[in-house]
Amino acid sequence: MIRLEGLTKAYGSFVAVDHIDLHVLRGELYGFLGPNGAGKTTTLRMIAGILRPTAGRVWLGGDDVVNHPVQAKRRLGFIPDRPFVYEKLTGAEFLRFVAGLYSQDGAVVERRIDELLELFELSAWKNELVESYSHGMRQKLIISSALIHRPECIVVDEPMVGLDPKAARLLKEIFRQFVQRGGTVLMSTHTLEVAEVMCDRIAIIQHGKIAASGTVDEMRRQTAAGDASLEDLFLKLTGGEAARELAKVLGD
Amino acid sequence: MKLGLILYPKWRTALARLKQERGSGGGKIIIVATVGLIFWTLVFGVLYRLLRYFRGIADIGPLLAAKLLGLVLLSFLSILLLSNVITALSSFFLAKDLDLLACSPVDWLDVYLAKLGETLLHSSWMVALMAVPIFSAYGIIYHGGWLFPLHAIAAFVPLLVLPAVVGSAVTLILVNVFPARRTRDLLSVIAIGAAGGVVLLFRIVRPERLARPEGFANLLDFITVLRTPTSPLLPSEWASHSLMGGLVGPFDPLPLLLLWSSAAAFVVLGAMLHDRLYATGFTKAQEGAERFVHGWMWQALLDPLLSRVAVAKREFIIKDVKLFFRDTTQWSQLILLAVLVVIYLFNIKALPLFSGERVPFFLITLVSFLNLGLAGFVLSAIAARFIFPAISLEGRQMWLLRSSPLDLKALIWSKYWTGTVPLLVLALIITVLTDVLLKASPFMLGVGVGTITLLTLAISALALGFGALYPQFETENAAQIPTSFGGLVFMMTTIALLAVVIVIEAVPVYAYLRATYLGTPIRVNATMVGAFALVVAVCAAATVVPLRVGLRKMLEFEF
Repeated sequence: MIRLEGLTKAYGSFVAVDHIDLHVLRGELYGFLGPNGAGKTTTLRMIAGILRPTAGRVWLGGDDVVNHPVQAKRRLGFIPDRPFVYEKLTGAEFLRFVAGLYSQDGAVVERRIDELLELFELSAWKNELVESYSHGMRQKLIISSALIHRPECIVVDEPMVGLDPKAARLLKEIFRQFVQRGGTVLMSTHTLEVAEVMCDRIAIIQHGKIAASGTVDEMRRQTAAGDASLEDLFLKLTGGEAARELAKVLGD
Repeated sequence: MKLGLILYPKWRTALARLKQERGSGGGKIIIVATVGLIFWTLVFGVLYRLLRYFRGIADIGPLLAAKLLGLVLLSFLSILLLSNVITALSSFFLAKDLDLLACSPVDWLDVYLAKLGETLLHSSWMVALMAVPIFSAYGIIYHGGWLFPLHAIAAFVPLLVLPAVVGSAVTLILVNVFPARRTRDLLSVIAIGAAGGVVLLFRIVRPERLARPEGFANLLDFITVLRTPTSPLLPSEWASHSLMGGLVGPFDPLPLLLLWSSAAAFVVLGAMLHDRLYATGFTKAQEGAERFVHGWMWQALLDPLLSRVAVAKREFIIKDVKLFFRDTTQWSQLILLAVLVVIYLFNIKALPLFSGERVPFFLITLVSFLNLGLAGFVLSAIAARFIFPAISLEGRQMWLLRSSPLDLKALIWSKYWTGTVPLLVLALIITVLTDVLLKASPFMLGVGVGTITLLTLAISALALGFGALYPQFETENAAQIPTSFGGLVFMMTTIALLAVVIVIEAVPVYAYLRATYLGTPIRVNATMVGAFALVVAVCAAATVVPLRVGLRKMLEFEF
């Protein structure tokens, strides 16, 4: 469903993403992990068509994002890490606007708006301007906006940030049901427990390159890590010394 | 004192910006400096000639100069007061560094002085720059000598401090009464309404009559009016008195003393008020505006109108209209716009064209024709304010637009027509009304309507194109976007376009004038048709090229 081939993004001499190859299958929930500045967000933004790759290609369900952006993006729901939305629209208006971007309108959209706002407990805020929403409420609204047009795949950057435990549980449930029905999710997260429990497969990115990928068991075998947890695997692949040094500094 | 430390990040930010500007080539700085210099020269030139004329009038010359300086300084004081009230709201209550300062062990007095300095600097720099050519003209005409600049600075600095303190205090009191966001809305409407009202009143009073002493019963009355200070309690009057005393004598140190002692006293009083009210005001400022709105009105109004438009374009237009009318800082500018149009039409009506026995046909045609340029300039200014920022304002939401299947052509299309339709309505109102007021001929009315329509289409496209070429994604305040470098380039380009169109159309208009003067029938020849065709071609190019360039630039945007 999501295929990356030699995907590269360079800013001058700095290479943020370096020849990444990745294939996320239909009906799969794929975790995209990595330390800060590893290139996760840049990769996801290239998949969503926000950034143009320096080299390589991105396919969404067989459509090239660069050459056939409209067809490719019709399949996609993107959830960014920072919830910037139009402050002077109400929650319902924002969802109606997003549906419009996907050329959808009418009674179906109105029903979906009510359903999604109800699901995320935003019904009481339906006619209130977004400027008065909290960070978590905005995040819920953006997640709703990614679902309003019934996408085939969801690309999501740090979905749990700002969500309360109830909403986080709900989101996990939504993603699980979404993939069970044949949808595809590519999710970047720092919450390793969530990734370990939810994701079918995982890729760990470090310095713009894929350091390891596969199921957690496959990655244990690749790194000869025995029955290490995903957290141990992550630290081993991305430089656990730094974490240990940090603990030492904080202890001093 | 941690005052220096609080101001340190601002200082470093300003330096870093300057470095970035230098790094991106000197072209930008050269253009801004050139435009600034032209403006300064213009102000200086006009005032120099006026003061030279005043100097030549025995007895009342210095009185006229003093009156003029008093009026200028009074206008500065009013502008500064309004601008400080608005700026203080941002710097004292809405700035991003306030949370950090509020949770740090910093003395309240340091915060007050730092924020007061910030408010003063942000709201006064333009007025201070404007004062330079004015004081220079006074200094040169009245031989102020080398000490005059120091004297001018000594008299002017307290004039900046006083409105900063008063403006901050007014804001502090208002925030304690209303939530900050509501206060911001309120203030923008009040400030713009007040500014518009003052400008309107000033124009309708027709101050040019003051320059004609024949309007007074006798010379003594005129001199009495000139000698009377506007108000002896106004600091602008003290500054004017001090400066004119230094220039034409006798020098009186009292006004300077009054200025500085008042400024110092006001700072102390302001600090005391800040100490008492700031904590509660800051807490109140954290409250949201809490506004429930029902968008059904716009939806019901625009849905049938746009029923034939594609869903994405329709929703985009509805969204833009809603955002505009829900943002007080945006729609309140319409008040100024209305004032501008009224003054424009008033000026046309006040032209002394119909004072003689015979209506001067040549003059009417000329004014009606040149009016096209002036109307075009007004439309450019409006486009700079309302259409130029359109792309920049999408910056923070570009993640949504770029990750959706929205074709950027649809975005440009929606933005273009949302801006162009109201601009065109306004353009046609201005042109038709001025031509009716001028009693212009049907030929000139036709030329006017046709040209202004073509110009409006081009000006909108240029505004959108340059807005995409020079986006200001980091600026949240739409009013600041037109004053950027891109806004300047847009204005310069549209002025060039207006000049080209006027020069080309001068050929057929001259032929028309000549034929009417000689009483011969107007012959539509190849030159006339060619000139109008050239105008159509130039305007079409100025419409299509910027939109295409803007679209290409938008495709390259990365976030």
